[in-house]
Amino acid sequence: MITLEAVHKSFDGKAILRGLTLQAARGESLVIIGGSGTGKSVTLKCILGLIAPDAGRILVDGQDVRSARDRDAFLARFGMLFQGAALFDSLPVWQNVAFRLLRGTLKRPKEEAREIALRKLRRVGLSADIAELFPSQLSGGMQKRVGLARAIAADPEIIFFDEPTTGLDPIMAGVINDLIREIVREMGATAVTITHDMSSVRAIADRVAMLHDGQIRWCGPVSEIDSAADPYLRQFVSGSATGPIETLR
Amino acid sequence: MSRRLAMRALARLGRATGRAVAALGRVTLFSARALSHIVRPPFYPREIASALLNIGYLSLPVVGLTAFFTGAALALQIYAGGARFSAQAVVPQIVAIGMVRELGPVLVGLMVAARVTASLAAEIATMKVTEQIDALVTLSTHPMKYLSAPRVLAGLLTVPVLVAVGDIIGIFGGWLVATRALGFNPATYLANTIAFLQTADIVSSLVKGAAFGLIATVMGCYFGMHSGRGAQGVGAATKGSVVAAAVLILAANFLLTQAFFAA
Ligand SMILES: Nc1ncnc2c1ncn2[C@@H]1O[C@H](COP(=O)(O)OP(=O)(O)OP(=O)(O)O)[C@@H](O)[C@H]1O
Ligand SMILES: [Mg+2]
Repeated sequence: MITLEAVHKSFDGKAILRGLTLQAARGESLVIIGGSGTGKSVTLKCILGLIAPDAGRILVDGQDVRSARDRDAFLARFGMLFQGAALFDSLPVWQNVAFRLLRGTLKRPKEEAREIALRKLRRVGLSADIAELFPSQLSGGMQKRVGLARAIAADPEIIFFDEPTTGLDPIMAGVINDLIREIVREMGATAVTITHDMSSVRAIADRVAMLHDGQIRWCGPVSEIDSAADPYLRQFVSGSATGPIETLR
Repeated sequence: MSRRLAMRALARLGRATGRAVAALGRVTLFSARALSHIVRPPFYPREIASALLNIGYLSLPVVGLTAFFTGAALALQIYAGGARFSAQAVVPQIVAIGMVRELGPVLVGLMVAARVTASLAAEIATMKVTEQIDALVTLSTHPMKYLSAPRVLAGLLTVPVLVAVGDIIGIFGGWLVATRALGFNPATYLANTIAFLQTADIVSSLVKGAAFGLIATVMGCYFGMHSGRGAQGVGAATKGSVVAAAVLILAANFLLTQAFFAA
């Protein structure tokens, strides 16, 4: 269970999060939508403690993330796919995926780690041929999928996906949507996904939260996004250029 | 009026000094943390091995060339300068002292700053900009331990060795020029060099090497970790790291020379 209470964050005097309050229940798939630059990625980084909020509380299973005494154990529960994949370009693909399995508390024999890495790569639609390549030799969409494989490599209980399907062809996007759904259903993981892709939202989400102006504008089950009255959400879902959300032209 | 100006200038100086002291404090703290991570597990042997290779072994060519040409030029200079008061015979002694005490460590330190500090800062800053450092953290790996500690350790261990190699090659460069062009006897030249050097000369050389290795690697890591965003951030971090490392190396050289040799 992840709880954010009135979280504030500004960068250089510019307020990005202004009292964001949000919850994600255990075993639930929450999707965060919202305009570009509204602070979706920042929100995920705050939960992981990569960015310290200026005010507010963030709790995971009732424990404040900043007071987590054993940070390694705390972080070991999480998997994160970064928006830009963030692969280590000094390591070959399979070592990227198996990073956690090759060192630290989850360390296991190299052969076994490699085996797991190849299995995860297959799950994101990548063959063993690319295991020895370096990230810079892959296309953007392939890098994204390697990042995804790395995020799920150690079977974490909480997984964050920052735009998992951006840059993928529609078929691959469908594969990834199914994968995220499976992970939540089969492994009982909690997933928080950021996406701009409405078909992804419908495929992945149990619940949808819309971020606007530093706060949660609307939050509800995915079945209600089409019938909701909120004009901001309606504009976002329909992708209309006219509405309460300002667009500069 | 002029008093107001003077006050304002003073205030600006005060602020600049304050900032410099604060930066030095942060760097010192950063070094202490990097050093503490060297001795605390977990250790990353592969990272350490690759740092030893990159920082130490692969610096050998540039260090060797720098030292060789410097030693050779030094012999020519001392011969020409010494001729003004018929003291050409001191070439072996002055080349030995000049290389071992001063030029060996300083030039190796500066070359390492140019080669290693710049590449460390650029590499780590790029990792920061592309969120690889964030990714490390989420994978339960401490960036200080995984990135900084192995490189700082490699700097501490290999730069003294590089300095020793530089000293020897520098002396060899002087020897080559002196025996081929200036008419010195090869065996006598070497005997004079060895008889003249004292243990303190060599110890100071190696201690300087360790200090400069620490400075060069810490500056690369520090500026990389604190890089701004984007390609511009990487550029600024790289430039800042090399400038800071070079200035600090020269300042440390002065302080160490004073500590070793000022009676
Ligand atoms: N480390 C940082 N330093 C300064 N500003 C930052 C930092 N991280 C994010 N920002 C700013 O915070 C704002 C929100 O960024 P964020 O990456 O969360 O947007 P986003 O909602 O994920 O957008 P997108 O959908 O385009 O990815 C942006 O204006 C960005 O410039
Ligand atoms: Mg984002």
